[in-house]
Amino acid sequence: MLIIPCPHCGPRPENEFRYSGEAHIARPADPDAMTDAEWADFLYMRSNPKGRHAERWRHLHGCGRFFNCIRDTVTDRIERTYPAGTSP
Amino acid sequence: MSFRAKTGGRIDRARVLNFTFDGRPYTGHPGDTLASALLANGVHLMGRSFKYHRPRGVLAAGIEEPNALVHVDRGGGRDAPNLRATQIELYEGLTARSQNRAPSLAFDLGAAAGLLSRFLPAGFYYKTFMWPASHWKRLYEPAIRAAAGLGRAPTAPDPDRYLHRYAHCDVLIIGAGPAGLAAASAAAATGQRVIICDEQPELGGSLRDEPAATIAGQSAPAWLAATITGLASRGNVTILTRATAFGWYPDNLIGIAERVTDHLATPDPALPRERLWQVRAAEVVIATGAHERPLVFPDNDRPGILLAGAARAFLHRHGVLPGHRAVIATACDSAYAAALDLHAAGVTIAAIADLRPNPAGPAIAAARAAGISVRTACAITGSTGRLRVTGALLGTDWVACDTILMSAGWTPILHLHSQSRGKLRFDAATASFLPTPHPGQRSVGACAGAFDLASILGAPVSGAITPNGTHTGLVPGARATGAFVDFQNDVTAKDLGLATQEGFRSIEHVKRYTTTGMATDQGKTSNLNALSIVAGHLGTTIPDVGLTTFRPPYSPVTFGTIAGTSRGDLFDPERRAPMHDQAAALGAVFEDVGQWKRAWYFPRPGEPMHDAVARECQAVRTAVGLFDASTLGKIEVVGPDAAEFLNRLYTNAWSKLGVGRCRYGLMLSEAGFVMDDGVVGRLAADRFHVTTTTGGAARVLNHMEDYLQTEFPDLRVWLTSTTEQWAVIAVQGPNARQLIAPLVEGIDLSPQAFPHMSIREGTICGVPTRLFRVSFTGELGFEINVPADYGPAIWDALMAQGAPTPYGTEAMHVLRAEKGFVIVGQETDGTVTPDDLGLSGMIAKSKPDFVGKRSLRRPDMLVPNRKQLVGLFTENPADLLEEGAQIVEDPAQPIPMRMIGHVTSSYASATLGRSIALALVEAGRARLGTTLHVPMPGRTIAVRLVEPIFYDKPGARLDG
Repeated sequence: MLIIPCPHCGPRPENEFRYSGEAHIARPADPDAMTDAEWADFLYMRSNPKGRHAERWRHLHGCGRFFNCIRDTVTDRIERTYPAGTSP
Repeated sequence: MSFRAKTGGRIDRARVLNFTFDGRPYTGHPGDTLASALLANGVHLMGRSFKYHRPRGVLAAGIEEPNALVHVDRGGGRDAPNLRATQIELYEGLTARSQNRAPSLAFDLGAAAGLLSRFLPAGFYYKTFMWPASHWKRLYEPAIRAAAGLGRAPTAPDPDRYLHRYAHCDVLIIGAGPAGLAAASAAAATGQRVIICDEQPELGGSLRDEPAATIAGQSAPAWLAATITGLASRGNVTILTRATAFGWYPDNLIGIAERVTDHLATPDPALPRERLWQVRAAEVVIATGAHERPLVFPDNDRPGILLAGAARAFLHRHGVLPGHRAVIATACDSAYAAALDLHAAGVTIAAIADLRPNPAGPAIAAARAAGISVRTACAITGSTGRLRVTGALLGTDWVACDTILMSAGWTPILHLHSQSRGKLRFDAATASFLPTPHPGQRSVGACAGAFDLASILGAPVSGAITPNGTHTGLVPGARATGAFVDFQNDVTAKDLGLATQEGFRSIEHVKRYTTTGMATDQGKTSNLNALSIVAGHLGTTIPDVGLTTFRPPYSPVTFGTIAGTSRGDLFDPERRAPMHDQAAALGAVFEDVGQWKRAWYFPRPGEPMHDAVARECQAVRTAVGLFDASTLGKIEVVGPDAAEFLNRLYTNAWSKLGVGRCRYGLMLSEAGFVMDDGVVGRLAADRFHVTTTTGGAARVLNHMEDYLQTEFPDLRVWLTSTTEQWAVIAVQGPNARQLIAPLVEGIDLSPQAFPHMSIREGTICGVPTRLFRVSFTGELGFEINVPADYGPAIWDALMAQGAPTPYGTEAMHVLRAEKGFVIVGQETDGTVTPDDLGLSGMIAKSKPDFVGKRSLRRPDMLVPNRKQLVGLFTENPADLLEEGAQIVEDPAQPIPMRMIGHVTSSYASATLGRSIALALVEAGRARLGTTLHVPMPGRTIAVRLVEPIFYDKPGARLDG
């Protein structure tokens, strides 16, 4: 079980958290201005890298907050976590 | 003849323990294991092998034992199969029996399989049981099932308790042999929080087998006692014995199974049988030691043939002799220590057969000095004896003996290091894989290839023999037939050769084909010999063949330990609505909805379900019914921007919803599919009472929080789950207003003052209430929300008011289906849009944006043949469709038919006097009035497509 450092609460075991998909995919400010292809890309296309991955977690059974995390998908090592809305 | 040594061993000779094995009574002493006590009674035959039913004795003295698996029955459902006799501590009254034999251990009919062994080669089950196919079910499968497995699984529920504990420490030391104890002492001295665990009853590991050694001027037993006392006296050290670290999990979480009471004759009922420790350690020190390897030669598996180190352990720990006349077969100096110790204990050492041409060093010199015959460059190539070994073939000489002690050298125990993805390197000099440095952990002592006691302890040591020398694979000049590599799975050197002949190259494939290393011992004594033999056949080296994967658990862990208290009622939380007891008292039958227990229907004595549901529906349509709706999800949405937040999360417009009014809200995922629905009431400009589906409550709150925190953080809104704070009683039917009126205060219930889709705050029976005027039945209806603890009292008060009919979820489903109200998750499946449900009207045209809006104009969402919600009437009104049944256009078309829709809901409607169904059908709205077909086993049901509303289309009944 991973130890995940919540940016608000500190290191906590993985079972307090819920994975929430790839990070830094902001909802477009004006969805109506998007083409169908652009919108489909926003909805469905994800990077799925082997290695360094920016992803979202929620400290569901803790502070309840969503945050961002850089994790290596090969080693499972967490490089860092940082609050939602901020950059790595 | 006794095989108990006259002195020595850590047993209490003053006390005698009685036990039985296969019904025969024996005695032993406290400090014995079942294996040592049987050996003391001269019993080597303890089991039959898996495949060939060969007679087998104990091979090892500890956790790696492959042969001596027994069943221990403590009575009352406390029975456990496949326990290693070498780990079972003796207690008064122990009852054990052997396994895998019929009718008895000494005379086993299954041993015929041994005579047929030439027909049971590696992979025989892939080859033998192929044809004809008709034999599978009647012949092969029953035969294989009968032969599979070793012990018999218990059938009674396990009455014991198992507990889980969590612990944190700076240093976790796994293994309390010399290396582990040295590491623990060093870590403890720095003040760190230390946990040291060992799978044996006593600390000390291999040091317990060195009574004659001297450490820093102290005798080894004295040094050991002082070290253990030193650790135990410290407040920062936790010592766990009988505790096996079986698994490494990410970030240094170690699973440890502690056997708490199995060694006790009469366990304290307050104690659990076993305890699972989950220890999170900043650093893990692996000090798991090494396992001795058997020599691979023909008939190396007879009872009486042991590992040399095991014989030494039996002598020094239990005061037991493996025999009176021993042949030692070795490639390693450590077997000389066994020879010398047994010689000193009075055992005749018939010969030491050393594979090495020129063994030298203090061990060999000491043996020669003791007058023991040492034959060099001498291979053991066979044995005789039926239920007990009687002779060893050394070169061309048969040497009589009653025990053979063998050693091919020692294999470092790498399981935990490898489980943690630690890398290995191969050390050619010692023919062993060794761990390489890995973050967060280190390996010390024999498991890291360090066998020299002085360097392990960092102290001068004398009188201990360092195990130099090694051999892997088949003994030179020996036949491969009957030369066992994996004792537990009956894999011989010949089987491994056959696998490579048949083209297997990858060790992972050879392993699966021959099953070598796949038994419950995970190949502890066999893996390296197997690798060496495979490498020899492939003409390559051991490191090129590579190791197979180590996976947890290191040794078997009981299901009880893994489950802990999560069994029976505690397996999964059961959620009960506030009026659960009321429903139970009324005779309700409950159904599971997620974790909730919901009242399904309320049968009168002897009343069938169909009749009860019809009666409940009729009561709601003609009088009044009560329904516990408390499981609906409830979220309080509060803040100056609450209305704007709901504008963005629901398809509807909320800004103009007046205070005191409600609206049916439809929530979409960003992909435009219906995700949830529910009534939302506005209590104040900045306060909404949102309801969700029962199953969607947590999902909807997570969805709302996600958008609030990450997409709309500028909105001043706070979300609180209030699902469990409110009890909700739905009062539905033309008499609903009459029923509640006498109890409600502070709310004008008249249709003018309190119209459909309104919410008011007042009191009922003096209890504060949020009273909704809503209807999920089409009848005049109210939903009374009161603080959850008051729910039962209000329910009772309503029941006392004129006998309303309690109704359950089944009647609720029928009533709503008659009105064509959808249930998210029943009519929808995550691919259904509002328009598919005929709910386009719920989409606010005025709003520039809401979650899911843009997706609704993606091309796929606009194609004309999307599945749309329709009603179905079967041609025969008595026919009831099956939910999930597929719908086709032409029932005569060839299979596979093109399925154009499916039934989502289907009920017998008492109100309509016929069956009704809802369905999703391609371009369904354009097909209204046409007939489609539902193929079922044996017949096809014709259905007419109708509008998905069956009762009171104008909604005239809403006002009662």
